[in-house]
Amino acid sequence: MNGVEGFMYPNEIALHWSILIVLYPYITGLVAGAFILASLERVFRVEAVKPTYRLALLTALAFLLDAPLPLQLHLGHPERSPEMYFTPHATSAMAMFGYVYLWYLMAVLVFEIWLDYRREIVLWSQETKGLLRIVYKIMSLGSTNVSDRALHIDEKVGWVVTLIGIPSAFLLHGYVGFIFGSIKANPWWSSPLMPVVFIFSAMVSGVAAVLLLYMAMTKLRKQPIDMRCVDTVAMYMFYIFIIDFSLEMLDLVHRIYEADESFRSLDFMVHTRLFVSQIVLQILVGTLVPLVLLFITQVWKRSLTEIVRKRIYVICGSLIMISVFAMRWNVVIGGQLFSKSFLGYTTYKMALATREGLLAAIGLTILPFLFLWVLVKLLPPWPTEKAAAVSGD
Amino acid sequence: MKYFKDSGHLFRFAGLFVIAFLVFWAIRGYVIPRTFGQYGHYRAAAITEIAQHPLHYAGHDACETCHSDIADTKKAGKHAHVNCEACHGPQAKHADDPGSVTPAKLDTAVLCVRCHEASAARPKNFPQVNAADHSNGLPCETCHQPHSPAIGADTATKGGAK
Amino acid sequence: MNRRHFLILMPAAAIAWKAVLAGEPESSPNYKMSDHWWGMLIDVPKCIGCGNCVRACAAENDVPDGYFRTWVERYHVDDVHMTNPTVISPDGGKEGFPPVAQEDAGKYFFVPKLCNHCAESPCTQVCPVGATFVSPDGVVLVDPKYCLGCAYCVQACPYGCRYIHPEKKVADKCTLCYHRITKGLTTACAENCPTGARQLVDLKNPNDPIHAFLKTHSVQVLKPQMATGAKVYYNELDGSVR
Repeated sequence: MNGVEGFMYPNEIALHWSILIVLYPYITGLVAGAFILASLERVFRVEAVKPTYRLALLTALAFLLDAPLPLQLHLGHPERSPEMYFTPHATSAMAMFGYVYLWYLMAVLVFEIWLDYRREIVLWSQETKGLLRIVYKIMSLGSTNVSDRALHIDEKVGWVVTLIGIPSAFLLHGYVGFIFGSIKANPWWSSPLMPVVFIFSAMVSGVAAVLLLYMAMTKLRKQPIDMRCVDTVAMYMFYIFIIDFSLEMLDLVHRIYEADESFRSLDFMVHTRLFVSQIVLQILVGTLVPLVLLFITQVWKRSLTEIVRKRIYVICGSLIMISVFAMRWNVVIGGQLFSKSFLGYTTYKMALATREGLLAAIGLTILPFLFLWVLVKLLPPWPTEKAAAVSGD
Repeated sequence: MKYFKDSGHLFRFAGLFVIAFLVFWAIRGYVIPRTFGQYGHYRAAAITEIAQHPLHYAGHDACETCHSDIADTKKAGKHAHVNCEACHGPQAKHADDPGSVTPAKLDTAVLCVRCHEASAARPKNFPQVNAADHSNGLPCETCHQPHSPAIGADTATKGGAK
Repeated sequence: MNRRHFLILMPAAAIAWKAVLAGEPESSPNYKMSDHWWGMLIDVPKCIGCGNCVRACAAENDVPDGYFRTWVERYHVDDVHMTNPTVISPDGGKEGFPPVAQEDAGKYFFVPKLCNHCAESPCTQVCPVGATFVSPDGVVLVDPKYCLGCAYCVQACPYGCRYIHPEKKVADKCTLCYHRITKGLTTACAENCPTGARQLVDLKNPNDPIHAFLKTHSVQVLKPQMATGAKVYYNELDGSVR
């Protein structure tokens, strides 16, 4: 009977949170992860990853601009979403979204990007013509002060902003984990580990995204890839992934050991309805394979050639991005496939061309790359002929 | 003052925030519903709106105001606690304007079996029959008066076996 | 009733009815919210699974097809373990249940379910904007003009009693027939239950006859370990009920 096995409460049969709600934590996770990579250089002075610094910030911004869109498409009344700003309910983790998002967008990301690019923005506002000139003029906020002292102040303030940005990034994505982790009605979600697991998997996915983007864009620019940079990024990706994997295994082992009333039902669900997405994609192919490959590159770095290491990084980065998406799928969709009576299961019937369908999800996944393309054109992350002429390099 | 000499651009950026905040505060005062927060974090007017939802069932007290004779028959019989609309359906429109709205005639073949069709799932002491065998196809009201259905029931007016 | 009685009673009834219809709970002198704290009693042994309550609720509250503000589950337990019941709820029990032949072994019973109008309601806790709330008289309600339709409350309810209305696109659920109980009527489901398995109870009214019942019978709420402060009490609820 319509994809139901066993017994579901009648109102539970259709899923209420669709693939768009899988996409939302994935995207904010990429934002948080990309930002953490940027902070590695800015706050923790890991010089090696500097070539990815500006790209990481722009990637974070591109995805952050896309992030509210899956939510807007999901809401029954998106025109009422300003209510979250006017009357946020203090006991609801979701109510936090509006303010945390706005804080992170304006007071962290846009502020930091502006401070880092300000010198070039002022110079481009004087060099370029037409519409572009107006855009840069607005971005400069009418100030043309690029004296050494002003730039020094920008540097110091930027450092503080990045420092504040780290807990802000954790808050931006951690609250999403709390949205799920605080629901006592759903034993697949309810766990104090949930925000932590979300944050660590976010970091891994964001770092992987920037790694892949850096390698792809450097290749497109026909420039040599800075191996010291990608080796270091991959190293951090490896260590964060170990922590993430340990946390997820801890959750799994804890569940199996305690075997509370939900365990039998959830266990069956994982072995049947979530077999491909969880056991195959998330754990085996998406976690164990990259961990082994990255381990090999860490231990035998000298004996592996550049080409081999680059190939491994591309494979691992791609598998990690698939794995973290699978993790979001398993949490969101998995949490709705079993009955809260623990007596049955339903099926997710993903639509194709509706507001919350597959096509919408694909479109919203492609869109941030378009945003990134515009941002990279407007604020090039690496010295180009334009920047070189301006700075006299 | 020398610390502020080269940070004018920062004040401009901060200024954007201040302006945005003031605009937000102004809009907020205008947009928040008037009754919001009166009893709690919600729009108090919603309570009134929900309470004014139209009635479809009149409730047995309304029926008994006019149909007191049937009410008396029923009170003395086995269906004493079965309210009128449980069989007759929602009759608020009829109670509101009895002359112009006439309740539909009921089909006992469908109605009675809903409760009285025999099933091992039902409580053992509940009166139930296998309808196909029980009456040889005769409609239930041939022998049972619905308002006091027990055969041989001692009722004030009508009721009991025919 | 003869013609003369009818002509006298008719206008009196009409006036009384209009007064009933016009009630506004928080401004009416007849109904003070703070005097009431609503709940319900479900007497499990009395339920015969006729589905009258499900049909009545749908008719009274314009509940869309396929969605349920209340529903009835039929349990079949044929072993001593309380973890393996067979449960069905065909279309929420709206057209009753298929009859069971006498030869089938094991115990059967029916469990009507609805919103439990929790005093510590987890659904109101998670609403991001304050569109769902516990009224001062203990009824959990949804403000359809304020709700965003995010479905967070649907996820947070342990009992599966909420849904998103397919046309209005807002959260919807049992309102304990608030528009009826504030006028001194009972809920549509209780009104139409032929065996008295469902009874409205005012937990703040010491004269409410259900108080005595609650104090003298074995009653419990669904999922007590969730500590939701549920106010729907089940008499003789079997341990296998989820």
